[in-house]
Amino acid sequence: MTPDGTLNRAAPTQSGVQPEIEDPSLGLVRQAETEVRPPDVDLDLEPEQELLTINMGPHHPATHGVLRLIVTLQGEQVIDLKPVIGYVHTGIEKSCEQHSYWKVIPFVERMDYLGYFFNMEAYCGCVESLLALEIPPRAKWLRTLHMELNRIHSHLVWLGTSALDLGAISMFWYCFRERDRILDLFEMSAGQRMHTRYFQVGGVFEDIPVGFEQKVKEFCAEMPDRISQYEALLDQNEIFLRRTKGIGIVPRERLLELGVTGPLLRAAGEPWDLRKATDYLAYPELDFNIPVGTVGDGYDRYRCRVAEMRESVRMIEQCIDGLPEGPWIADDRKIVLPPRDELSTSMEALIHHFKLVTEGFRVPPGELYHSIEGPRGELGCFIVADGSAKPGRVHFRDSSFVNLQAFREMSVGGYVADLIQNLAMLDPILGGIDR
Amino acid sequence: MPDAPGLELIAQRINEEVPGAVTETAHDHGRATLVVDPEKVLGALGWLRETDGQRYTFLSSLHAADYLPAVPRFAVHYELLNRDRVERVHVKALLPDPGAGNGNGDSALPEIDSCVEMFPTADFQEREVYDMFGIVFRGHPDMRRILMPEDYVGWPQRRDFPVGGEPVIFTHNEPELPHWYE
Repeated sequence: MTPDGTLNRAAPTQSGVQPEIEDPSLGLVRQAETEVRPPDVDLDLEPEQELLTINMGPHHPATHGVLRLIVTLQGEQVIDLKPVIGYVHTGIEKSCEQHSYWKVIPFVERMDYLGYFFNMEAYCGCVESLLALEIPPRAKWLRTLHMELNRIHSHLVWLGTSALDLGAISMFWYCFRERDRILDLFEMSAGQRMHTRYFQVGGVFEDIPVGFEQKVKEFCAEMPDRISQYEALLDQNEIFLRRTKGIGIVPRERLLELGVTGPLLRAAGEPWDLRKATDYLAYPELDFNIPVGTVGDGYDRYRCRVAEMRESVRMIEQCIDGLPEGPWIADDRKIVLPPRDELSTSMEALIHHFKLVTEGFRVPPGELYHSIEGPRGELGCFIVADGSAKPGRVHFRDSSFVNLQAFREMSVGGYVADLIQNLAMLDPILGGIDR
Repeated sequence: MPDAPGLELIAQRINEEVPGAVTETAHDHGRATLVVDPEKVLGALGWLRETDGQRYTFLSSLHAADYLPAVPRFAVHYELLNRDRVERVHVKALLPDPGAGNGNGDSALPEIDSCVEMFPTADFQEREVYDMFGIVFRGHPDMRRILMPEDYVGWPQRRDFPVGGEPVIFTHNEPELPHWYE
């Protein structure tokens, strides 16, 4: 653990000498000698070398949230690792069952708090499929536009905090500068910077305001240069390269067995992306590539995500250019709120408005699993509709939750410093893991 | 997704291999569903995974639902995916509630075989199902709670589990909750 980012590749400590714990948050829990199973890697160490079990987190800045890791160390090498989760479990799935369908949207947004547009799309898309409701083309393109902006936003937060974990503090400021511009765009179109509740069942809440397209174009014109600047800062940084290259490799087949999806899987060379594999929203009409890595180490994961940001910029430009005219929300008065101006003239609109706001719309009985490609992999939403105005069950297959299972295999056998790097490149969002 | 005749064919072939495994098929919302006998779920999953021409090797998601007051009450859902053909099959194992109990954890729990051996990705997800619904997965290597505290009592995602909460202490209601600090 070197908070200042200097290389920590010293040889494992000599026999009997415990590694010095510099970071006060890594409290010494206990020294286990017998409980831990023997290492399955050849560490070439003295047999009497003691094993040390330490507790990292839950409030450790490098765990990207409240993730607790019980790490067994031999010298400075990780022998075993056990993630303990649930510290921010708030029972969102249970709460969703208590609210009508349209009131669930703000709940699900707050699961994976960096991918709120994706959560909304997974949920709304699922409800729309259950209702067999077709959404207008403009809504599809607006959703795609916002989701790709959100993908850049999510990757920027990942890049900034991950580089921070590896000691590159300036990356954090640069990434958050661009992130703020995306949040400004969200504020302009949806009125909120985060957790916008912009997607509705049936389309989007409101059309984009005048000047939004211009702002997005300005952003898209600038962003490739910014990404080049990030790369210039990191790609030739020896500390960054030596801490990421060749670290945390898990074979592609094993990643698939573990259910890992998203940039982690693509970095290992598997070109699997639901945006290409399935057709939802405007993705079939967009021209974009899927970046894949070769080795699957930390550096490939970084390269994949940065390349994805470039592709997302391209997609946003295409969304702005190809944005069709027309309504932005479906015209089904049993599901979608009537336009505000009709309320003062039309009795029927008033009745519909009242029914929708007080009771909500009913969804015919059925159950469906709907999955999209989120910033961290397959994001699935499973809804059981029982015919009432409230869902019988809402479950999110959060990609961070499933991807976290690969963390142990990434880290065992490596150094503690590599564990931090692996966690950073895993990009877990604890709000999504714990829900 | 296999079309309706294809799904019937799959169901028939599974039943030839594992008699009585598939009890029902359904095709709605553009999705193929196989309802399987919970005792034979591993046979059905294994057939879908291993058979040439099927190869549903990727388990996208494993989750459960409580259909109270329906009987059987629970269901464990497996979302299988063939990545080459981009086909999904939804396998649903309906589980009766042996306790028909109070939901407080002291009644008998429904059990089903764990598929961790076949799909290692199911590890956390089966633990989550156990945590939330009290469905025990036989043969799971580490059947513990995952999101709730380990000493928690009850299965919070069951439909008969009340939405509760802890009283929040403010100055005005502190006298109403004597010994809240104990």
